[in-house]
This record gives sequence, structure tokens and C-alpha cells, in this order.
Amino acid sequence: MARLTVKSINRDRLVAILMLTPSIILLAIFVYGFIGKTAYDSMTDWKGVAIEQEANFVGLDNYNQLFTGLLDVRFRQGLVNTFYFTLFFMLGCLALGLLLAILIDQGIRFEDGWRIMFLFPMALSFIVTGTVWRWLFNPIGGLNRLPTLVGLPPLEIKWLTDRTQILQFNWQNLPLFLSVAIIIALAVIAFRYLRQGRKRATLISGGIAVPILIWVLLGGPNAIPVPKYEEIHGFNLAMVGIVIAAVWQMSGYTMAMYLAGMRGIPEELREAAIVDGANVFQVYRHIILPILQPITLSAMIVLGHISLKIFDLIFVMAGPDNATTDVPGVLMFVTAFRGNEFAKGAAIAIVMLIMVAVVIVPYLTTTLRSEHEL
Amino acid sequence: MIRKTPLNRFLVYGLLILLSAVFLLPAYMVTITSLKSPDQITMDTVWSLPNPWYWQSFADAWEAFAPYLANSFKLVIPSTLISALLGSLNGYVLSKWKFRGANLLFTLMLFGMFIPYQSILIPLFQFLNRIGLYGNIPGLILVHVIYGIPITTLIFRNYYAEVPTEMVEAGAIDGAGFFGIYRHIMFPISMPGFVVVIIWQFTQAWNEFLFAVTLTSGTGNEPITVALSNLAGGRAVQWNLPMAGAMLAALPTLIVYVVLGRYFIRGLLAGSVKG
Repeated sequence: MARLTVKSINRDRLVAILMLTPSIILLAIFVYGFIGKTAYDSMTDWKGVAIEQEANFVGLDNYNQLFTGLLDVRFRQGLVNTFYFTLFFMLGCLALGLLLAILIDQGIRFEDGWRIMFLFPMALSFIVTGTVWRWLFNPIGGLNRLPTLVGLPPLEIKWLTDRTQILQFNWQNLPLFLSVAIIIALAVIAFRYLRQGRKRATLISGGIAVPILIWVLLGGPNAIPVPKYEEIHGFNLAMVGIVIAAVWQMSGYTMAMYLAGMRGIPEELREAAIVDGANVFQVYRHIILPILQPITLSAMIVLGHISLKIFDLIFVMAGPDNATTDVPGVLMFVTAFRGNEFAKGAAIAIVMLIMVAVVIVPYLTTTLRSEHEL
Repeated sequence: MIRKTPLNRFLVYGLLILLSAVFLLPAYMVTITSLKSPDQITMDTVWSLPNPWYWQSFADAWEAFAPYLANSFKLVIPSTLISALLGSLNGYVLSKWKFRGANLLFTLMLFGMFIPYQSILIPLFQFLNRIGLYGNIPGLILVHVIYGIPITTLIFRNYYAEVPTEMVEAGAIDGAGFFGIYRHIMFPISMPGFVVVIIWQFTQAWNEFLFAVTLTSGTGNEPITVALSNLAGGRAVQWNLPMAGAMLAALPTLIVYVVLGRYFIRGLLAGSVKG
């Protein structure tokens, strides 16, 4: 807008900023101010009918209880549930979404119809989805009766009421596991940078890994507080049903993302590869999937932050008081709004926020940094 | 455009049909269960078609849910319209009147759409309580408008970014100011943007549950999601009723989706892929 007169630009620019101001003030208060308030509340002993002003500051006590206290074992199992849920939900959505996108990308008839067909669950509320799937997972009806339609005996899967736990580990070992996982991840990143010949990036990622490694070897993880007694957590099979319902609802979303990406790939690229003798699987493996890699990353981030916050689906499928399918999102609601333990609810909320921020903040900053100034 | 990929046609269509059967299984189950009378719902015949069709479920569900459907509409329509308008103005400013620090500000705004709302829920609850908006629909509208600002701003900002700056400059040379340019140049071409945003916000607000269950439970002002969850969560339910209720709750967003699917997908992708 270089050709405009200075005066009119200044006046109109001021108007523009004024128009934006209400939104900014609202978000400053309702997002950042409220987060700050929650963070403060999480460091008090505010609970029950006590007036908030009379609550005492207790520092990180609530967090310490959540991660080590005997009574808060449910929170830790909730974190483990979230971890496994996120893992399987993401894998399911990515695999199914990619498969659907590849199928629909084959120049089929009624392409739009198929796409609408696989994406319609996205228009539904998790409450609707949950209600329906809860009925489908009825242990003596629903999916378990499907084999009887072709004369087979009914299945006896317990679905949401299953109490079996697999892939177990002792929470006391978690600090060690996590540090090792971080070291391995950094080493892999460093190795990839090395192969790309990016010296500085290699040194930085390697440079972070080495001190952590030394810290682990010196017994650093032992200094991280853990529960006093051995505490076994794992993947509750009751979560399988919830994963299935969530994948049913969200895989159309990854399909739409992959399809949008595939549409951007020039036709010549595929044709050239086929002329060169590549079969269809090689075309996808070596040409299309590498181009779609950024989309996979975006999808993982979007799906990941949804699953870290998951609330409605579990609330309606398994109920808010079902410990085997508990997640922090539900536990926060129950703790704060049913149990009136506001401070502890606030602490759970802040843990959730940190988990989501770890995923979202790098994504937001890199996405917007790469965007050219208009 | 014809793609000559040699992937076997039978394989492609076979898989598509199989997968759509899986995707439609829940839809089939909802439909048949909602059309059975309670004593027709036995585990042996859970997959069979209703005989006779029992339309009473829908009459009962309508009676049980009509007030909550009305609540949902009273909540969703104003909040959708207000957030669309706000988003349009914000997007206009952030795309055509960029100022120093606009990008940083925009990033900070966007963060608000990803946060787990649990992290603001306690102060929000207190605040609404204090100003008398707890437990009623205006309070919930306010909440949806505020937390809708990031996504509506994002969609409009990306939409307006495509509008050539020359058009804005031409307007400015003709003497139009901030509002003149918005009214005569930007707003008239904003229809597709509005459709995307309105569909998105409508679906979001209609399907929302956390705010609704925290801020309206037990007040009679619950939207349909809360009412449905209350019914389905109860023990010893007659399943025809929640199924019919689920269909009623799903219908408005499904209709929007089927009629305006293209715009729905654009809104869906706006949050992840840059527009």
C-alpha cells in the first residue's frame, strides 16, 4: 500500500487496529488471563465450599501428589490411557485415511459420493458417535452378534467392560524410560541431519543428547520423584472400543487431508514414473508418500492434540466414573466440578495444557515463520 | 482427467464397498434400533430389521428432546453469526492492514483454538457466575463467540489473503477508508468465506459438549448434546429412545454436511493445511 497518502493510511490503520482490539482483549483475558488464573489456582489448596480467597498457596504440592501420591493413581493411569489411546488412534486414522485416499484417488466413478460417504462421521458430535458405539459394544449384543448373521457363534469380547491390561510397565521406571526415549529420538534426529550434511543441526541435536546421556548414566532419573511403591500401569483393553469409535469418526479427516495433498501432485510425475516401469505401489512408495510427508505431520499434530484433550467420547461411552477408561480430560471435570477439588482439577488442567502445548507451539511457530510476509 | 493407474479395478471397488459397509454399520444400527419398540429389542435379533416399524420412538424422542433442540438452535444461531462477523473483520485487518507484530499477535490468537478448554474452565465458570451468565444460553453464546475468534479469524485471514492488494489500493485511491473498502470491496466477495465459517461454527457449537455440560447442567438450558448424554448414560435404558435421539441430534449437522459438503471440507482443512 505504498502509494497511498500518509495521512489516510495512518488514520485507517488506526481504525484497523481499533477494530481488532476487542478480540485481542477478549482473548487476552479469556485465554491467557484464565490460563494464568488456573495455573495459580493449581498451586493452592482451594477445595470444597471454601471461599477461594481463603485458599493457601502450597506451591507444587498438587502436582507432586498427582505424580507420586497414593490416592492419585487414577491420574497416572489416565495419562497412560491417553498415551496408548493417542498412539493407536493416530496409527488407525493415518493408515485408514491413507488407504481411503489412495482408493479414491484411482479415478473411480462417483468420486464425490465416496468421499462424502467416508467423511460423514466428521459432521457428528462425539456424543452422538459415543451413544451409538456404546450400543454396538454391548457385550451380549451389537458387534458381538455379527457372526451369528452367517451362522457362526457370537463373539465374547467384553469391549468397554474388559478389565484386562496389556503392555504393562512399572511407573517407577518411567523417568528412566522417558530419558532413554528422548536420547534415542535426539540421536535419530542427529543422524538424519548428518546424512543430509547439515553440520550445525547435527551438532545441536547431538549436543543436547550427550548431557542427557551423562545425566542418565550418573543416575539422574532417580532424582525424579515417583510413587513410593511399585505401581503397574498399562493399556486397558477397555480402551479398544473407544479407539475404534474415534477412528471411525476421524479417519475421514486424514483421508480429506491426504486427498487434498494428492490433488496437488502433478499428473506428469506419476506418468513419468509409470513410463519408467514403476508399478503402482512403487509410485506411491517412492513418489507420492514422500511428497505427502508434511501432511502426515500436520495430521499427526491435529489428531494428537485432539486425543490429548479427549473428553466427550469417553464421557458418553464409558461414563465419567469409569477408572479403566479414565483420561485427564474426564478426571479434571470430575475432580473440579463433581468433587469440588478445584485446585487439583486446575493442576490436571495445566498438565493437559503443557502436553498440548508441547505438540502445538512448535507447529504454530514453524508454520507461521515459513509463511511469507504479504 | 483420466488416471491410468493399473491398480486392479475389482480390488479398488471391492475394498471401497467393504469399507463403506463398515462405515455405515453404525448408521444401520441406529436406524433399525430407533424403529423398534422396546420389547422388539432383543439380543438375538439385534441386527434384524424392525417388524413392524415403530415410529413411536421418534414421537417419544421428539417429546423428550424438543426443548433441548430448541436450546441448541437458540445457542448456535446467534453465536455462529456473531463469530462469523467478528472473524471477517479480524481477518480483513490481519490480511490487508498488517502492522508491526501482526504475525506474532495472530500466532498468539491462534493458540487459543488448540488449548484444552479444561485449562480455562474453572475461571470461566467463576466469571460467568459472577456476571449472572452461568447456566443460561447468553452465557454459552458468549463462550462460543470468544473461543471461536481464533478459527474464524484464521479462515477469513487466509481467504482475504487471496484478494489482490491492488483492489484494496484502488478503493483507497477512490477515497474509501477502512470501512468503505470493507463494505464495497471485501464484504461483497466474502460469501464463500462466510459459508465456510458459518458451517464450521454451526457444526462446532452444535456438537460441543464440555462447555455445555459444565455451564448448563441441571438448569433446563442444556443443549441437545447434554440431554442426549444424560439419557444415554442412564442405566436400564430402552435403547430405541437414545438411538432416535441420536438421529435427531445428528440431523441438523448432517443435512448441512450433505448439502454443503464442499465448504465443510474447506473449513475442516483450514485448521491444518494453510489455505
